[in-house]
Amino acid sequence: MIADELKIKISALLPSVTFEEGGEWLNINVEPTDWLPLAQQLRNDISLYFDYLFCLTCIDWKTHLTMVYHLSSTKFRHNIVIKSKLDRNNPEIETVSHIWRTADFHEREVYEMFGVNFLNHPDLRLLILPDGWEGKNPMRKDFEDPINMIRL
Amino acid sequence: MSEKTNISKDSSLIPPAGGGGVFPGKIHETPGGGIVLSKLDDIINWARSNSLWPLTFATSCCGIEMMATAGAKYDFSRFGFEVARATPRQADVIIIAGTIVNKMAPVLKRLYDQMADPKYVIAMGACAISGGPFFYNTYSVVKGADHIIPVDVYVAGCPPRPEALLHALITLQQKIKSGLTREQIKTPNP
Repeated sequence: MIADELKIKISALLPSVTFEEGGEWLNINVEPTDWLPLAQQLRNDISLYFDYLFCLTCIDWKTHLTMVYHLSSTKFRHNIVIKSKLDRNNPEIETVSHIWRTADFHEREVYEMFGVNFLNHPDLRLLILPDGWEGKNPMRKDFEDPINMIRL
Repeated sequence: MSEKTNISKDSSLIPPAGGGGVFPGKIHETPGGGIVLSKLDDIINWARSNSLWPLTFATSCCGIEMMATAGAKYDFSRFGFEVARATPRQADVIIIAGTIVNKMAPVLKRLYDQMADPKYVIAMGACAISGGPFFYNTYSVVKGADHIIPVDVYVAGCPPRPEALLHALITLQQKIKSGLTREQIKTPNP
């Protein structure tokens, strides 16, 4: 489906989404509390059929965090991008690892790098960082490490 | 080196410092063949330098260039690096090709300790020399492999071309022949 049809379809599913212009694919902004039901519907809907989550990351704008999900459909070959703004002091969002299994590892990485708490995640712990790095979120903009990081 | 002036034809084949790939020694022509006189140290250094077996230690993009150097186009086995051993117990030289991160540092130290003497180290690429592009602003990269193990030859480049790595291997061979590697000077001859 092309972007306009996707826009109509998704607005019908959840009227409170907003759209951003100017990207290669359709960009959707969603509140973190509305994310889980929308994700279920995106996966299960017959005409949308988003069965491939190919990217799950987080971006640290200095005032807030943004979760970014890239979804694709192997049947219809359309792609969308979903963004969700999180509060910086208490970043929480529902996990989607029971919908797309790959989110299990990606959410663990976002947890260790940014400190986002994923509710109802089956196994939330550090993925690549060695022991002792809990709580230090290296990819945040305000992460300081005077020993290793050299400032010019 | 003791001189035996048997016959006036003394063809001295001592290479210049650095080596030209010739067998070190002085040939004295005698009827029925020749006698070669040399120092045992020189012969041992020549033999060691011409048969250095590398340990495959590629962590990052420099590993691809090392594989290219081992391939058919820029072959390093014509210089004696015939078999690249996967186990440190059977290797002579470790070519650190790639970034060393904090998690990898104890592994590198353990591999180096498992290698048998005499062992040599080549630091290949900017990351192994000084942390490279990750020198500033990273929480996980060791700023140079020589924080972990002592290095003999550094090859600059990101990644260095296969010809540059071959030049480094030949430089290591010359360094061994001249007797100036860390291995050879740490226990000085009395």
